[in-house]
Amino acid sequence: MTDQEILSGLAEIIEEIAGTPADEVTPEANFVDDLDIDSLSMVEIAVAAQDKFGVEIPDENLKDLKTVQDVVNFVSKNS
Amino acid sequence: MTGAKILGFGGYQPDKVVTNDDLAKIVETNDEWIRSRVGIESRRVARDDETVADMAEAAGAKALAASGLEPSEVDLVIVATCSPEVPLPNVAATVAHRLGVIAPGAYDLNAACAGFCYALGTASDAVRAGSARNVLVIGAEKMTSWIDWTDRSTCIIFADGAGACVVGPTGPDEPSGIGPVVWGSAGDQAHKITITGRTGALTQDGQAVFRWATTAIPPVALEACKRAGVSTDEITAFVPHQANLRIIEAIARKLGIPRDRVADDIIHAGNTSSASIPLALSRMAEQGRLQPGTPALLVAFGAGLAYASQVITLPAIP
Repeated sequence: MTDQEILSGLAEIIEEIAGTPADEVTPEANFVDDLDIDSLSMVEIAVAAQDKFGVEIPDENLKDLKTVQDVVNFVSKNS
Repeated sequence: MTGAKILGFGGYQPDKVVTNDDLAKIVETNDEWIRSRVGIESRRVARDDETVADMAEAAGAKALAASGLEPSEVDLVIVATCSPEVPLPNVAATVAHRLGVIAPGAYDLNAACAGFCYALGTASDAVRAGSARNVLVIGAEKMTSWIDWTDRSTCIIFADGAGACVVGPTGPDEPSGIGPVVWGSAGDQAHKITITGRTGALTQDGQAVFRWATTAIPPVALEACKRAGVSTDEITAFVPHQANLRIIEAIARKLGIPRDRVADDIIHAGNTSSASIPLALSRMAEQGRLQPGTPALLVAFGAGLAYASQVITLPAIP
């Protein structure tokens, strides 16, 4: 999987869970400050990402993933 | 084998309303945060001298009235509760006596927030097997007795109340109105929601419970639909345990059930553990939001961790 593929898959997930239009999901976007996504939605996103990419994101790692790029990197590194 | 069906619902909420603004005066929180995080606008708190049995009795009386049965026609009373004041005597025998139910079978059932669906499953089984003719099933909780009011992660969520239904036999050619229960537990995660010791307060790993509820519970609800022979499209009311509006909406989304069919009683009731589902059903019935004769999907989940789900046929409006 390329980073671009992960990013667009993630954007789809975020659009479904948080309602944020996919084109607003840029790599540098901060979940809390830019996308208004709180820790409960992050759990939903992590679970959907596991279904889509086959990579588990446990709660203890989730809190360190502040931007979209952080999640892309995590998935890329662990896939 | 005879079938079983629900004859009527009843519910009770204590008088005292506690709003988010009230809570913001005693812990560091605010209305907007509570609404967005949990979905609650207000909840009810029982009086100090108001007991689980008092609330169970009030809801039970209303369910009996809605069912059209006399108390003497009931021969089993089950109270789902995880917050009785004392371990014995049980709540069920006391409530049965107060309601004028004559010497019924009487037991309390503790499956925490999954209690009502567990109790409904056992009530249906009892009627179908001939162990009882009419069963009064009550979920009643005084969760606020077990809350640390300085802990803003729990005191904003839990509340008091009761809900009830009456289960009776179906007629000779009538299909059963309570589907097979799908139940289970995850004891390996028992530590995620606990009350420690006799005077301890309820604590939970909220994020872990959110993750569990939104991933493990949708398949359970789907299985309950499958065993009842209905598809999720046919469900006219989805009534999950009112744990947290974000959990409710996430589960509904995964099941593909439209938001306008989803119970959101938590908004003005809080999380009342095993009372939440029957309380929601009784209020939806009062508001004319339930379509008689159509299937509703119930799914309960919580401490244990335990869960149970079944499809019910909604009763006629009295």
